[in-house]
Amino acid sequence: MQDDVVLTMRGICKYFPGVKALENVDFTLRKGTIHALMGENGAGKSTLIKVLTGVYPMDGGEIRIDGVEDAIVIRSPQDAQSYGISTVYQEITLCPNLTVAENMFIGRSPKGRVDWKQMEKRSGELLQKLGIPARPRQQLGNCSLAVQQMVAIARAVDTDCKVLILDEPTSSLDDKEVEMLFTLMRQLKESGVGIIFVTHFLEQVYAVSDQITVLRNGQLVGEYEVRELPQVKLVEKMIGKDLEDLSSIKKKESDAGEEFYGAQGLSSSESRPFDFHIGKGEVNGFTGLLGSGRSESVRAIFGADPVTGGTVKVNGKKVKIAKPLDAMKQGIGYLPEDRKRDGIIADLSVRENIILALQVIKGIRHPISRAKAEEFADEYIKALAIKTASSDTPVGSLSGGNQQKVILARWLLTHPQYLILDEPTRGIDVGTKTEIQKLVLQLAEEGKSITFISSEIEEMLRTCSRLIVMRDRNIVGELKGEELTQERVMRTIAGGGE
Amino acid sequence: MKKAKASKFFAKNSQLLIPLIAILLLVIFNLLRDPSFFSIGISANNRGDPVLQGNLVSILNGASELVILSMGMTLVTAAAGGQDISVGALAAIAGSVFVKVLKGGEVTGPMVLVAFLACCAVAMVFGAFNGSLVSFFRIQPMIATLILFTCGRSIAYWINGGATPTLESPIINAIGSFIPGIPIPTPILIVIVMGILFGLAFRFTTLSLYVQTVGINQGAARLNGVNTVGIKLLSFVILGVCCAVAGMIGVSRLGLINHETLLINIEMDAILAVAIGGNNLGGGKFKLLGSVLGAYAIQMLTITLYAMKVPSTDVKAYKAVVIIILVAMGSPVVKNNMSRFWKKFKRNHPAGEKEVA
Amino acid sequence: MRKLFALLLVAAMIFTLAACNNEKKPEEGGLIKVGVINNPPSESGYREANVNDFVKVFTKENGYDAKFYYSIKNDEQLSTARQYITDGVDYLLISAAETTGWDAVLKDAKDAGVKVFLFDRMINCDKSLFEAAVVSNMANEGDTAVQWLLDQKLPEYNVIHIQGAMGSDAQIGRTGALDKQFAAGTMKKVVQQTATWDEAEAKKIVESVINSGEKFNVIYAENDGMAKGAVAALDEAGITHGVGKDVVVMGFDCNKWALRELLAGNWNYDGQCSPFQAQVISDMIKTLESGKKIEGLNDAKQIISVEKGFDATTLTQADIDTYGLGE
Repeated sequence: MQDDVVLTMRGICKYFPGVKALENVDFTLRKGTIHALMGENGAGKSTLIKVLTGVYPMDGGEIRIDGVEDAIVIRSPQDAQSYGISTVYQEITLCPNLTVAENMFIGRSPKGRVDWKQMEKRSGELLQKLGIPARPRQQLGNCSLAVQQMVAIARAVDTDCKVLILDEPTSSLDDKEVEMLFTLMRQLKESGVGIIFVTHFLEQVYAVSDQITVLRNGQLVGEYEVRELPQVKLVEKMIGKDLEDLSSIKKKESDAGEEFYGAQGLSSSESRPFDFHIGKGEVNGFTGLLGSGRSESVRAIFGADPVTGGTVKVNGKKVKIAKPLDAMKQGIGYLPEDRKRDGIIADLSVRENIILALQVIKGIRHPISRAKAEEFADEYIKALAIKTASSDTPVGSLSGGNQQKVILARWLLTHPQYLILDEPTRGIDVGTKTEIQKLVLQLAEEGKSITFISSEIEEMLRTCSRLIVMRDRNIVGELKGEELTQERVMRTIAGGGE
Repeated sequence: MKKAKASKFFAKNSQLLIPLIAILLLVIFNLLRDPSFFSIGISANNRGDPVLQGNLVSILNGASELVILSMGMTLVTAAAGGQDISVGALAAIAGSVFVKVLKGGEVTGPMVLVAFLACCAVAMVFGAFNGSLVSFFRIQPMIATLILFTCGRSIAYWINGGATPTLESPIINAIGSFIPGIPIPTPILIVIVMGILFGLAFRFTTLSLYVQTVGINQGAARLNGVNTVGIKLLSFVILGVCCAVAGMIGVSRLGLINHETLLINIEMDAILAVAIGGNNLGGGKFKLLGSVLGAYAIQMLTITLYAMKVPSTDVKAYKAVVIIILVAMGSPVVKNNMSRFWKKFKRNHPAGEKEVA
Repeated sequence: MRKLFALLLVAAMIFTLAACNNEKKPEEGGLIKVGVINNPPSESGYREANVNDFVKVFTKENGYDAKFYYSIKNDEQLSTARQYITDGVDYLLISAAETTGWDAVLKDAKDAGVKVFLFDRMINCDKSLFEAAVVSNMANEGDTAVQWLLDQKLPEYNVIHIQGAMGSDAQIGRTGALDKQFAAGTMKKVVQQTATWDEAEAKKIVESVINSGEKFNVIYAENDGMAKGAVAALDEAGITHGVGKDVVVMGFDCNKWALRELLAGNWNYDGQCSPFQAQVISDMIKTLESGKKIEGLNDAKQIISVEKGFDATTLTQADIDTYGLGE
């Protein structure tokens, strides 16, 4: 093993029934570097991480780590930890009701005894050293997501860590928080830790990484130095075909047709009263920072939270939308922000997940026949290129992007007149993102109305002809036409005059 | 080809393996012990009608109430992610109502129907009570049903004012024992009818999909327009009907209601049947057939112990040992190890690989 | 909403507790004040008959001002006993839920001049603490039944023995007598199995024997319900039972419906552990009130109730009306 290398994986193979998840993948991590692991959904990133952390046993290949003579076998996450491999997952796995110090040390004190004083002192030092803005006695749940994420990292690196794996650490952080996290990552890198960084955000890769390893369909595409691989090339490597330039997506600029949905003074238990309307064939969007009330507003439109007031018109007729089913019967569909919590029914098959919404609209006494359901499922698996072994596969075993496509399929199957998409592209790969954006515009072409929410303003500007800007749970502006520039949107979000 | 089909069936229904293996082991054990254990004969009963006799008939017949209750229990478990421990008490209430109505006058066909409908209605009301505590007030199912578990048999007592009233009628006998001319015990026929009713409900409504959806992810179910409160409530009401049917069979077997002993402790067996059937007691996906097989496995175990003349004081210990083995076999840890072992075995014996290709 | 519900529950519980402790009634002159502490009638048909018997005997017409309390829990019984003592009853009649823990209360009673009678169940305490105990001897009951069975002079005795809940007094007494015969070899044990008082279970046990093809000619079930279960299995298998038939059927408790089975010749014998103790106690109280001493007690200050056993061939409708339990 070379001196500067901390981890090598050679010829790693992993098979699942009917799927070659990893085939002959090599991966090398050097000391004091940040190494991005890139690939589309189902490329094998997660599987590789899970093999490395002992979640899955590997079916072939060898792993070597600095300081151990022989190839090592990692049987469990505890094993991985003992070799100095620590992981921080996308979902924070700490206990929000314990203090920061407790979260950093609990479960690791010898023989279950806890020296509280010592623990607080050490965690205080560590927090300070890593520049994490939290106090040891603070309850973790009261910290921002970013700080929680950083505490998780602090916990991970405190145990003589050689390899730190960060799996999508930034997906729920805003720009400022991301920058804080990067500072921490760079600091750790200086101290000699090798960091494996898994993310979907291309800009972030370029902001912080040294090397990039790209996987595609379970195979290694190559390892590259960041400065030698321009962004467009990277995307090409990831999706394996010449990237259709995103700019080929052309949104409809013409003014929307007649109004499909209109609300006046609509409010729910979670949102303040607001007015809103959307025309047939229109794509509009809600934008604003996290917590600005954009998700709550669309949830109110769908009746997802108890509606407390306002009048709603669909197709010019006054209707009552008090619960999701009411909205669904009016031809409204809603793809929720948190697909794990609100979207997928993990243990049910792809087929059952796809037909769910249509089935509910049809009612309990009119089940969709098995044959028909198969037909629907196959149609949409093909149309949206959902990667799944079969329509019988539990949806929970699919990758994030494919789960998102399943939920999209669920709503497309209901042939909605109006589709609300809250963060449909979060945490999914570039290829699928493009597909979803194109799909949105295609639907609009067919005269459907779409409301689109995304954290990426770029994406919103590409697809929406009208943007509703929210700040502090109020609508603070509406931009369209010429006004739709990144700078203008930013200024409106930030406030402080035109 | 046939083999491939069978292996495909088991790949899709792997959870049925545990109860099937349990039944298979008990069958083999019994055949080794007494080759004639499963022999079936026809003889005349004391009314002169030909009836089927044999241990197999006893097992199928004796398990009837348990099978019916475990079907309902499966539904509640799947939807509410918890168990109803009041089924025995509710069956006792339903049985008491059944007797009470029939005690009012002569036992005729229409009266029996009225009595059955009455006990169904009462059981559904109590089921709805349990269900609303669980769905509306969001109380843990075991805690919510603890109420009826505690007071149910007292309520049953009040209905008939105590004692153990008896019913003597050929109609009652036909329900609990044999219909003249039909050699199959009626409870077995009732189980078949209940099975068909469940099958029809799953075929012609979306009950199964909704129940699983609610059980797996309640939030998502709501956002997809599923009435989560209603589905949970419905599952308890259906279990109520199951209790009513089980109570009626229990009462009709002997033409006697003993509110203290009717289907006593059956809630534990019903929960066990659901567990042995490979269903997740935390809710979500379910297989009714698994619970049914689980129920028959439990009954077969009981009858086996009787046939072996295990001393009264030891029966429960024997039962516990077998159940520990069954439940352990179904645990994810053992399952994973077994499948790993199986893979290794396959790799070392490449002859078995043909099928994969 | 949930909180409100929980509050309501708690409130309901407190209310019931309070209600339990507020059983004070205005005193009435000339009547003998009696506090009866018993197990709840819902416990069994036996208990119901027992409870009814006391309610029937200790009436105003008979010169009593009686209070009744029923609980299956010893501590509730104890606190009620204390309450009765404070209320100034003359006599305390107790059928204890548990046999221990009563010493202190009984001493208090003695100090307060309250006389104590025990019925149905003994209490582990010094016998100076009570006047007399009217109890059943469960062994007697079993012996009577087994003696009856021996008197039948069957050519052979192949017995299916269906037991009640293991460890209960009734089970121990009723099993003991039969076990002696099994041990002595005068009777053959075909099967001995507990059905825990469950009728349906009893039926399964008998079915299992029938399926095995083993010979048997006696069914000894430790209560009426289980006997009925056993008979149902016989009926389905086409095996005759009762007076002059293939299988002798024996039950216990003497429910009216069971005695009717005897009268019809379907069963052969029904034994009873007498629930009727009220009259005996009432007689003793009257004796004490008239200044005389109670006589006829054994060393343990017990009066053993007379246990009945009915033979199908000699049973009359009058017996059913007098001794039958329930309806």
